[in-house]
Amino acid sequence: MWSWVAHRISGVLIFLFLFAHVLDTALVRVSPDAYNSIMDTYKNPVVGLGETGLVAAVTFHALNGLRVVAVDFWSKGPRHQRQMFWAVVIGFVVLFAPFAIRHLSIVFSH
Amino acid sequence: MTATTSEPGLRPVQKSRYKRRSKGRGNFEMWSWVFMRGSGVLLLFLVFGHLFVNLMLGQGIHAIDFAFVAGKWSNPFWQVWDMLMLWLAELHGFNGVRTIINDYTEKDSTRWVLKTLLVVSALVVLVLGTLVIFTFDPCVDPGSTLSQCK
Ligand code: HEM
Ligand code: HEM
Repeated sequence: MWSWVAHRISGVLIFLFLFAHVLDTALVRVSPDAYNSIMDTYKNPVVGLGETGLVAAVTFHALNGLRVVAVDFWSKGPRHQRQMFWAVVIGFVVLFAPFAIRHLSIVFSH
Repeated sequence: MTATTSEPGLRPVQKSRYKRRSKGRGNFEMWSWVFMRGSGVLLLFLVFGHLFVNLMLGQGIHAIDFAFVAGKWSNPFWQVWDMLMLWLAELHGFNGVRTIINDYTEKDSTRWVLKTLLVVSALVVLVLGTLVIFTFDPCVDPGSTLSQCK
C-alpha cells in the first residue's frame, strides 16, 4: 500500500521534472550562451540537493516498478511480494548511497 | 477469461449483463498495461545509463554545458539513446498520469481540462525534444573551438 503511494508520487514527480528538463535542454537550439547560462544557475547546493532527491525518486520508482513486473509476470511473484519489497529497500540503499556520496561531494566542492 | 465453469458442485456463472469493457476501446487498456511494464524495464537501462554518464563520470554535474551536449550529440549512439529515452519516458509517464487523473477526478469537466493539459504537454515535449536532438548543430557559433568544429 505505502509502496504504491510512493510509486505514484515518484512517478508524477519524475514526469513533471521531464517536462522542465526537455524545455531547458531545448535551449541548446537557441544558443550556446542561453544553455550555458541556465546551466550555471543550476550549479548551486540547493539545486544539487534537488538532483539528489530526483535520483532517489527515480531509483525507488525503477526498483519498485521491477517488483511490480515480477509480481505480475513471475508465477511465484505474488508469494514473494514481501521479500521483494525488502529487496527493493536493499537495492535502493546499495545504489543510492554511493551515488549520493559522489554527487554531493561534487556539488559541495569547487 | 470467459466466466463460465462446469466443474461439479459449482453453479455455472450466469451471463452477466454487466459489460466490463467500455464500447469501442478494444483491448486498449490491456495494451497500455503491457506497455507500462515493457517500457519500464527498458527505461531502467536508459535512465540509469543517462544518470551515470551525466552525473557520475568525470567532473559530474560540473561538466555539463553546451560543449558536453555537443560531445554527446555528435555521436548517433547518444542521439538514438536520448530519442528512445524521450519517447518511452514521455509515453510511460503520460499513460501513468492518465490513470491517475481517471482515479481522482469526479467531475467530467475537471477530467477533460486535466487530460487536455496532459495531451498538449506531451505533444510539446515529444515534438520539441525530437526536433532538438536531430536538428542540433554543435558548431552554430562560427568561432567555436570545439574539436568537432575544426
Ligand atoms: C539531475 C539529473 C539529470 C541531469 C543532470 C541530466 C542532464 C541531461 C543533459 C546534459 C542532457 C543533454 C543531452 C545528453 O546529455 O544526453 C539531457 C537530455 C535528456 N534527458 Fe536528462 N538529465 C537528468 C535526469 C534525467 C531523467 C531522470 C530523465 C528521464 C526521465 C532524463 C531524460 C532526458 C531526455 C529524454 C533527454 C533528451 C532531451 C531532448 O530530447 O531534448 N534526464 N539530460
Ligand atoms: C526507470 C525505470 C522505470 C520503471 C522500471 C517503471 C515501472 C513502472 C511500472 C511497472 C508501472 C506500473 C505500475 C502499476 O500499473 O501498478 C509504472 C507506473 C508509473 N510510472 Fe514508471 N517506471 C520507470 C520510469 C518512469 C519514468 C521515467 C516516469 C516519468 C516520466 C514514470 C512515471 C510513472 C507514472 C506516473 C506511473 C503511474 C503510477 C500509478 O498509476 O500509480 N516512470 N512505472
